[in-house]
Amino acid sequence: MTEKLVTPDAPKSLKTNKAKRIRGIKRSTFSMPYLALSIIFVIVPLFIMLYYAFTDLDGNFSLANFAHFFSRPNIMAVMGKSFLVALITTVVCFLLAYPLALALTFTSLNRKFILVMLFILPMWINSLLRTYAMKIVLHILDVTNAWTAVTVGMVYDFFPFMLMPLYTVLSGMDRSLVEASQDLGASPVKSLFKVVLPLSLPGIVSGVLMVFMPTVSTFAISDILGDTSTYLFGNVIDQWFRNSGGWHIGSAYSFILLILIAATVLIANKITKGHTEVGGVL
Amino acid sequence: MAVTAREKFDNIIEIKNVTKVFDGITAVDDVNLAVKRGEFVTLLGPSGCGKTTLLRMIAGFEMPTSGTIMLEKQDVTAVPPHLRPINTVFQKYALFPHLNVFKNIAFGLKLKRIPTGETDKKGKPVFRKFTKDEIAEKVERVLKLVNLETYGHRNVTGLSGGQQQRVAIARAIVCEPKVLLLDEPLGALDLKMRKEMQLELAAMHKNIGITFIYVTHDQEEALTMSDKVVVMTDGAVQQYGTPKAIYDEPANAFVADFIGESNILSGVMKSDFLVEFCGTKFKCLDKGFAPDERVDLVVRPEDIFIAPKKGALKGEVVSTVFKGTYYEMEILAEGYQFTVQNTVERKPGETVFLSVEPDGIHIMKKLKTVNEFIGTVVDETTVEFCGGKFEFVNSSGLQKGDAVRVTVPFDKVELTDDEADGCIGANVTQTFYKGTYYQVQVYTDDDTDFFIDTVDEWDMGDRVGIKIKPEDIKVEPVTENAEGDGND
Amino acid sequence: MNKRVKSALVWAFVTVMLAIMYVPILILIIYSFTDAKALGVWNGFSFELYANLFTDAEIMGALGNSLILAAVSAFLATVLGTAAAVGIYYMKAKRKAVAGFVANITMENAEIVTGVAFMMFFLAVNIGYGWGALIVAHTMITVPYVILSVTPKLSQLNPNLYEAGLDLGASPIGSMFRVVIPQLIPGMISGFIMAFTLSLDDFIVSKFINGGVETIPIYLYNALAKRGADPTLRALSSVLFIAVLTVLIALNIVSAKRRKAEVK
Repeated sequence: MTEKLVTPDAPKSLKTNKAKRIRGIKRSTFSMPYLALSIIFVIVPLFIMLYYAFTDLDGNFSLANFAHFFSRPNIMAVMGKSFLVALITTVVCFLLAYPLALALTFTSLNRKFILVMLFILPMWINSLLRTYAMKIVLHILDVTNAWTAVTVGMVYDFFPFMLMPLYTVLSGMDRSLVEASQDLGASPVKSLFKVVLPLSLPGIVSGVLMVFMPTVSTFAISDILGDTSTYLFGNVIDQWFRNSGGWHIGSAYSFILLILIAATVLIANKITKGHTEVGGVL
Repeated sequence: MAVTAREKFDNIIEIKNVTKVFDGITAVDDVNLAVKRGEFVTLLGPSGCGKTTLLRMIAGFEMPTSGTIMLEKQDVTAVPPHLRPINTVFQKYALFPHLNVFKNIAFGLKLKRIPTGETDKKGKPVFRKFTKDEIAEKVERVLKLVNLETYGHRNVTGLSGGQQQRVAIARAIVCEPKVLLLDEPLGALDLKMRKEMQLELAAMHKNIGITFIYVTHDQEEALTMSDKVVVMTDGAVQQYGTPKAIYDEPANAFVADFIGESNILSGVMKSDFLVEFCGTKFKCLDKGFAPDERVDLVVRPEDIFIAPKKGALKGEVVSTVFKGTYYEMEILAEGYQFTVQNTVERKPGETVFLSVEPDGIHIMKKLKTVNEFIGTVVDETTVEFCGGKFEFVNSSGLQKGDAVRVTVPFDKVELTDDEADGCIGANVTQTFYKGTYYQVQVYTDDDTDFFIDTVDEWDMGDRVGIKIKPEDIKVEPVTENAEGDGND
Repeated sequence: MNKRVKSALVWAFVTVMLAIMYVPILILIIYSFTDAKALGVWNGFSFELYANLFTDAEIMGALGNSLILAAVSAFLATVLGTAAAVGIYYMKAKRKAVAGFVANITMENAEIVTGVAFMMFFLAVNIGYGWGALIVAHTMITVPYVILSVTPKLSQLNPNLYEAGLDLGASPIGSMFRVVIPQLIPGMISGFIMAFTLSLDDFIVSKFINGGVETIPIYLYNALAKRGADPTLRALSSVLFIAVLTVLIALNIVSAKRRKAEVK
């Protein structure tokens, strides 16, 4: 999940030292245990990964692990396929979820809270379970194409993650903005494209991230629904880590994935910047 | 040509028998209204009176449940908002946060199609869009009009309330609408800013000559800015007239109470030009009532004269407050506490005599005197309405499940201190003193208004029980059923 | 378009989408009542799979492990996360940005990367895989979600509340615990529920560090990734679906009611 953690500023009225301190402890000190543990258990492991990525089996500095990736067209192809499948999944999810979110917010259905709940709930059900349910359906429907099966499974699994932020942003949208656009002469379709869509951009970006990021790195869905032809980048990383000899190359691959994810997040932040006052994004 | 067109379309907006029902609740009830071209008309009333719903129907955001709305003699009832030559200034401005000031104002212009004056082969007029230069010129002009010349590139979210307000007005008037609707546009501004904008809006109305329809709950705003005021409550128009007429000649007790300070009493018309209240006969200027018809009447505090020795009513000063240029006194006479304004101070405890000139008394037809509800028969002797079950005398053989119209006279309803003593609970919203009794307005838990005439005084916010004797409940069958529109 | 046609189309669309979401689950539940080995084959009604399920020591063990792990890590995450939320909220902008970045790492990173990093870390520092590693990892990856649900309560907090506590004679610590913390409890509860569910769900991170401790997701993954999965899985999945849906719907209805009551 790629929800964004933004902590708003504390109110400025607390100017006295007394208020900021509890028996000489600054209130901000309360975050220290977690931050210290984060350094040990989150940041240090990433540096260990970095170490593995840049060393060979003997512990000497080496770029061979990265060279391994860039010199193997078939691995690059797997990476490409992973991105493609994730992209298709994201687009399909969006094309289904946006109209649904509109229907749940802009029509008379908007009072049916239970309906929204039913659509969002599966998000909390283990994705393995849902993948298993889909496997049975695909089996009954006799879908034999492994890529189709994997893509359908991914859409099914991640659809609620697209719907939730879209629903949040659309239901929080000031309805008078839509009315204002129609008042100024925009037909309902024009109003959708000129006002509703641009204003829901933060929700769209958040939904895209919440679907694209896990799908690009997943290995379970392709394991369960696909076959050897549907190997994704996640499967490749998983394979390298199955024996300790592969950790160096696996780390390099993980590092590449990390960079790509960081880049995606940065781009997404750029897009939503200046939109924060509109977005009720979770 | 222009002159005849003007005459022909004398009424730019005509609202005929418009009713709007939401989920079984009537928000606008059979409203008729005509607005003349170029007028500044204000819809005034307490919140929930239906004024905003009426405005939204004129804009096209809501469809009337029944009735028609005409714009320049054309039926526009079913025309969607984007095809109406009407623009709105929204309550909280509704500026597009993703567009800057210039683009906000240009939004409507970019969508507009204007006739080129040419016709195509089939004789239909050809339309074109505004060019970039035309748009820029129009936007600049209107920015100047609202004193924001240099703000075009600014982000709307960074503007102050007053500036956002101006942008919202500019965005609406740049489209040159036939009618400009303003939905409580000054509500979000502080007092000083509001006063300034009131003057600016009035001036702007004079300058651009567009018809304004303005919604507010602020009576002072309505009286100072408008050519005509429409006073509304409970979805119905109570009075439509110039601010002066509304103040001087309120049509009923509600208008009198809502506009300015007033003494509202209950009286009896003895004959034409003679009314009796507080046990005394007064000359007045009204006629045409039935002999001994019960009426409401209003006397403005400044229309009551005080004399030390002689007058129609003898009273005692209860309190005196200095209001800057005059004294406001509460004077108890004949069981009614009059509010009186005078430049001469009378001390509390002083005995005084009150008199009123005939032109200071305004007689009003009594509003309805019975409560009317729709309910259902639960069993042979029980009827359910307003979310409560009441016993009644079933003389017409009504069956279980029948939909019925229930009527209860105001003076047959009993209020109890303890909610549990009544059939249903309710909260007191308003109490008018009517000279010899109080008219209490309460709302029940399912939001229905109940009126009660009683000698007891109840305070706003009191929690009360409602009790009605079985023989005082009149129950008749109804056949038609109001259908609600689910859309908000 | 006619308004009625329009609303019928909207209804149809929503209904179809809802069906697509729930029909697979329904089918799975239906097929859990037949003991056929192969998928999608109906072999007559039977409770056999359920009988197998509740007597399967491995599954029951995994279920116990999952619940213990989720409870322990969610508790730790709630304590750490609430303290962190308070701390971060009162930080100066620059530090806040840094702290926010740190908290975002596990949320935005691919789970597989987090998983392999934990795997190499626990080996490097000589902490064995298994319970310890699982609890540490689950706590660390769920804390950000607790912060996420507590922070809104902090910004709703009346800034004078803490001072009012002091003014009425409470000590600083007393005021914190008697006045401020009670205001945060709703956020802490939803944070705990979130952390609990996320821990129950996780198998990517767990898979790399479980060291033989089997949790439900790990059991599921191992069973599913094998061809021709054990039919008992259908019964297990059905039970989990029903349990999770019931709990979630109940929680949602309760919180919706509370919200309504607050509005009133």
